[in-house]
Amino acid sequence: MNKPIIDYLLHLADNSLILGQRNAEWCGHGPILEQDIAITNISLDLIGQSRSFYQYAAQLKNDNTTEDSLAFFRTEREFKNFLLLEQPNGDWAQTILKQFFFSSFQFLLFQQLQKNSDETLAAIAEKSLKEISYHLRWSSEWVERLGDGTEESRNRILNAVNNLWRFTGELFIPAAYETELGIELNSIKENWQEKINEIFKNATLPILSNVFFQTGGKTGNHTEQLGFILTELQYMQRTFPGCEW
Amino acid sequence: MKQFINKFYYGDIPESNSGNSIISTESKTDWPLWEVFLRSKQGLDHKHTGSLHAANAQMAIENARDVYTRRMEGVSIWVVESKNIHASNPDESESLYDPSNDKIYRHASFYQLPDELKHM
Amino acid sequence: MSALKEEEIFLKKIEEETKIEPKDWMPEAYRKTNIRQISQHAHSEIVGTLPEGNWIGRAPSLKRKLILLAKIQDEAGHGLYLYSACETLGITREETINDLHSGKAKYASIFNYPTLTWADIGAIGWLVDGAAIMNQVMLTRTSYGPYARAMVKICKEESFHQRQGFESLLVLSKGTTEQQQMCQDAINRWWWPALMMFGPKDSESTNSDQSMKWKIKRKSNDELRQNFVDMIAEQIKFLGMKLPDDKLKWNNKKKQYDWGEINWEEFWNVIKGNGPCNFERVAARKKAWENGEWVRQAAVAHSNKSKTK
Repeated sequence: MNKPIIDYLLHLADNSLILGQRNAEWCGHGPILEQDIAITNISLDLIGQSRSFYQYAAQLKNDNTTEDSLAFFRTEREFKNFLLLEQPNGDWAQTILKQFFFSSFQFLLFQQLQKNSDETLAAIAEKSLKEISYHLRWSSEWVERLGDGTEESRNRILNAVNNLWRFTGELFIPAAYETELGIELNSIKENWQEKINEIFKNATLPILSNVFFQTGGKTGNHTEQLGFILTELQYMQRTFPGCEW
Repeated sequence: MKQFINKFYYGDIPESNSGNSIISTESKTDWPLWEVFLRSKQGLDHKHTGSLHAANAQMAIENARDVYTRRMEGVSIWVVESKNIHASNPDESESLYDPSNDKIYRHASFYQLPDELKHM
Repeated sequence: MSALKEEEIFLKKIEEETKIEPKDWMPEAYRKTNIRQISQHAHSEIVGTLPEGNWIGRAPSLKRKLILLAKIQDEAGHGLYLYSACETLGITREETINDLHSGKAKYASIFNYPTLTWADIGAIGWLVDGAAIMNQVMLTRTSYGPYARAMVKICKEESFHQRQGFESLLVLSKGTTEQQQMCQDAINRWWWPALMMFGPKDSESTNSDQSMKWKIKRKSNDELRQNFVDMIAEQIKFLGMKLPDDKLKWNNKKKQYDWGEINWEEFWNVIKGNGPCNFERVAARKKAWENGEWVRQAAVAHSNKSKTK
């Protein structure tokens, strides 16, 4: 059994890593060069965040654990990322919406975390917030562009809303380790909803209600997607264990 | 054969006789070209650093941030849509710039002062 | 001003090492040569992101993943600098890209080879970027101003690319037997294609001659290639690996390495489009561009709406 703080760090790290890994799939395949570079930047930020959290978790575990052993040698059932983040990139609309849902959540959460009594955690949150503010602005603008762009872009982002909305409830249901650490998700939920309302209004998009929310990611019950991500992510370390790279 | 389009670029000549219809009709997919100017640190002028495509000014600034400041090259960004830049015509450069060649009295080194007088 | 006078001024500028700027008079052939070369160069950067991009998802450590992502992102940025330089010559990026997709425009053949193992990423950094840098350093002094300025920026950023490649191979060379074999295998596969990057022999190169006179190019293909061989033949000693060339030998008289012969049949074959990955590379770029069309349209439509609001 991990201490709650370690589980929580892994949760934060896995979130950033899995979305970073997904965004990196766009590298070289973006809709225009400038945006290819932009999403790669976000990917770099996210994977960078995950390293900070893994490193801190490894330090707390104080055994032979390293950032890489945490990223590459845990299984599907041990990853604690949101289901939302492991969903396929799909088209640009789905990628953007995934990023927007997550960045607006991360923005609010990390504001809370930067005041956390754990100084290292607070420092990582503070540093990451600068990056996240940019991710949030970038993704918000894209949601507005696609929602209020052409008929095709509108249909595509509507489709993304239908696909992804069901994964957003999980963000606010605390796992045991969150409760123990006193992470307050209720106020975040309200503010998050407000942000979504604001941007969706600008984007002329509808807010869905009566959606059944899928949950489980935080405690290792994932969708079928995660296994494939880990297969790719962990291939080298699993094939050649114990090597330096 | 490639058809060369006289487009608006930095160094282009006034709008009335530059560009042509192929470009000036608004495209449905192509994002306009923007010129990027960076201030590398406080106290220095913005300097032209390159160009990029963006759908509007806000996006141009963000793209410039991603493309041209990956290594902390700037603390401030200006973007200008390329078609809005007017420039002197290189054919007239002699009449524009050569006359200042012989006006050396505009330079401090023209004036001989006693050595004892330092720092002027 | 008469055309003759203008040409004289142009040639005098070249002679005096004064850069040619976008609105200056230039011979049509000079413009075309620059468009061809700069756009090829831009396409190479962009297509070059694909073989390396294959390995982002599988990078063996988080640190290597970040390095690789940042490197590929640099290359996309370099493509962008170069497309921008090209646009100063009166051709839009879209036109240039269409030429790539239609197969009319070429890009560096090296990217038509597959990246089969992780060691290929190191080999590309060391050998492919290493070969490219020789060209690029020369091009910082090229006669067309915007191209030269783009190259200065690119060279500044490229310096880490070759180093990270070599360093990554260095780690493999000190690793397990499997890692060492992976390293040697990658060098075996990338060495000759890297040498091909310098283009045909001087005696067969059609574009080089005029390009040298106009100072677009400043060193010949064979000259650069020899410099490269001399450099790599020394560096490989630190890896304890071998270059796949029996004829490679230091020539004390010439103060340079003697070496074997490029397989020119393979060289021309890949240029003609028959390399292992020509089809996949262009197809991937086309797909990205076509799938992106609705995105680009939406941004334009939204921007127009905001203007009228």
